[in-house]
Amino acid sequence: MGKRQKRFEVLAERAVNQDGFIKEWIDVGLVAMDSPNDPTPSIKIENGTVLEMDGKRREEFDMIDTWIADHCIETDVAEEAMAIDSLQIARMLVDISVPRTEIVRLSVGMTPAKYVDVLKHMNVVELMMAMQKLRPRRTPSNQAHVTNLKDTPALLAADAAEAGYRGFSEIETTVGVGRYAPMNALSLLVGGQTGRPGLLAQCAVEEALELTMGMRGLTHYAETVSVYGTEQVFVDGDDTPWSKAFLASAYASRGLKMRFTSGTGSEVQMGYAEGKSMLYLEIRCVMITKGAGVQGLQNGSISVIGVPGAVPSGIRAVLAENVATVLNDLEVASGNDQTFTHSPIRNTARMLMQFLPGTDFIFSGYSSVPNYDNMFAGSTHDCDDYDDMLVLQRDLQIDMSLLPVKEEDVIAIRNKGARALQAVFNELGLPLITDEEVEAATYAHGSKDMPDRNVPEDLRAIDELMKRGTTGVDVVRALAKRGFNDVAQSVLNMLKGKVTGDYLHTSAIFDENFNVVAAVNDLNDYNGPGTGYRLEGERWELLKNIPAAISPEDI
Amino acid sequence: MNITEDMVKEIILEVLKEIQGDEKTAARPAGSATQLQFQELGTAKVGTNRNEVVIGVPPAFGVAMTQTIIDIPHKEVLKEIMAGIEEEGLKSRLVRVNKTADVGFIAHEAAKLSGSGIGIGTISRGTTVIHQRDLAPLQNLELFSQSPLVEKETFRAIGRNAAKYAKGEHPNPVPVRNDPMARPKYQGLAALLHNKEVLYVRPDVTSTELTVQL
Repeated sequence: MGKRQKRFEVLAERAVNQDGFIKEWIDVGLVAMDSPNDPTPSIKIENGTVLEMDGKRREEFDMIDTWIADHCIETDVAEEAMAIDSLQIARMLVDISVPRTEIVRLSVGMTPAKYVDVLKHMNVVELMMAMQKLRPRRTPSNQAHVTNLKDTPALLAADAAEAGYRGFSEIETTVGVGRYAPMNALSLLVGGQTGRPGLLAQCAVEEALELTMGMRGLTHYAETVSVYGTEQVFVDGDDTPWSKAFLASAYASRGLKMRFTSGTGSEVQMGYAEGKSMLYLEIRCVMITKGAGVQGLQNGSISVIGVPGAVPSGIRAVLAENVATVLNDLEVASGNDQTFTHSPIRNTARMLMQFLPGTDFIFSGYSSVPNYDNMFAGSTHDCDDYDDMLVLQRDLQIDMSLLPVKEEDVIAIRNKGARALQAVFNELGLPLITDEEVEAATYAHGSKDMPDRNVPEDLRAIDELMKRGTTGVDVVRALAKRGFNDVAQSVLNMLKGKVTGDYLHTSAIFDENFNVVAAVNDLNDYNGPGTGYRLEGERWELLKNIPAAISPEDI
Repeated sequence: MNITEDMVKEIILEVLKEIQGDEKTAARPAGSATQLQFQELGTAKVGTNRNEVVIGVPPAFGVAMTQTIIDIPHKEVLKEIMAGIEEEGLKSRLVRVNKTADVGFIAHEAAKLSGSGIGIGTISRGTTVIHQRDLAPLQNLELFSQSPLVEKETFRAIGRNAAKYAKGEHPNPVPVRNDPMARPKYQGLAALLHNKEVLYVRPDVTSTELTVQL
């Protein structure tokens, strides 16, 4: 091209044009929710056994078909549910006169292809309506990421404390260097209980280590137990639905909450999508989860969001997979946890799909640290966006589970989190956290403001800590001995929570008094205007009073 | 010199690339670096030399695909890793892992074949893992999961660190890099590249010992 048109020159520089977009490649499954290779819904049942599903006879089933047919589909209602026209079911999902209980009764009889067939009829507003009605827990909540580039513990503890204080119900960490995992888990445990008693914490790493840390009481739940929609991708990960179900039982047996993770695009990302649409394969993941008896699922493409994000209707498919999850009566931690665009406009539009209807965890999670420190490779929104989010809550009168805070209170809680961890390091014989580190962590924006630690020395100490068999009880003892009695009590209460096991219920979180809030005692009862969760009363007073608002008396 | 059809195609692509010059084009030739000259030496065996680090690559590496997602030629990738290993006084051995394109499993296979128990797995787009044979397949010593951030110098540092682990040392891990915007820019492309990568996987074929001219 010769002479450029000036408006086009400006457009070319816009953030959105830094994003990668790709055209659909149907043969390999680079297509969001409608592939000609997706099967047609069907079911044939004899004596309670599924003999045919979605056009395949039982002897042609792959292991995922077998799993879904034998462990997920309720054969009692399957024929009834499958006989209802898909468009009719789609209308039931948005109809306020059809209660959630009726939909959930039928949905467990639907096959994967039937789910796709229903969801294909719905636009994003209808999908949001379905989410508002179908998410299991009445009260929406939120999860935060707490990580940093240096895996530096004092900063992790301070950030965990602030995340709890700002209103998150769950915090999740991972590592820059793999062997730091137990120290990161410990930092979140101590910082988190400092910031808000009852805050659930996890550390996403290799599965065996993750389970070990949970069993030792260094974490409270697990989320990154991945399942996939094609056999080959499962096998590539050295797994089957049976091995994942076994792992899920291991968590349950120790009273640890857990959910699986999956997401549209993972199969095609790993090269084995068999030409099926991303949504069809994701629904197989949702049903694997249901069949395993796991209470919930993190999805919404998650770390693969760049793939559905790059194809047409991809972000709609991401909302559709969240809806498929709650339609299966599972807790949903609905993504919004990974950067997928350079454009702030696209970014916010994508997040509104879950924020407006409310989900069990709108973000899974929100980056409570600057994105350069987010070791999940960045979230859609980070700590620098807090004030924007507070204003969005206030503008729309919708709850994102984020509390307005005062700077001096945040400084105090960050400092306490870092000091509590410093005390624990002392007692457990870990390489010391210096006063300089505590001070830096208290006032830091991110790890760039932190001094470096001796990494090989930390890693050796972590190996020894794991060999010694250190558990959550040692952490309680250390905190109590150093005078952090309130934090010690909270860490202990979380250990007790595993013994009673009440937080294994669907969509469970703890409030600050260690009461379980779940789909059992806080079941979503949305049934149109005037019902369901509404941001009002005391809570609305709290959330609408952002520090920036000027009151008439001030003038 | 034999002129093959592939070479002609490559030359045409090179010329086209030059003609297009600065013009920003979304579509890039998938393999415009030159192919590597591998020599196959039969089935890969478990090494006995405690002073070696094994490098594992998938079937498409250097052949059907010839450069990483940020256009580092595979020739340079191997040169840098091998130079890093050599700097520490150790030897490198190259194997092609035919059965998978999963970087973790390739690295673990390399580690299991390695006399020192340390292996490196690198796939075509540049994603790399340093592994040890006693670890579970999905664990690692060091993981470089964001291929657009794995640069030429990173490969040399990876070679160096792998050799240090092989010597029983506890090196400082290669500094981890993080770019939240790598995903929006590259993930779609990474999916395309990986789908090409797996087209060449041969699940039933054992790993092959290779030499390469660099």
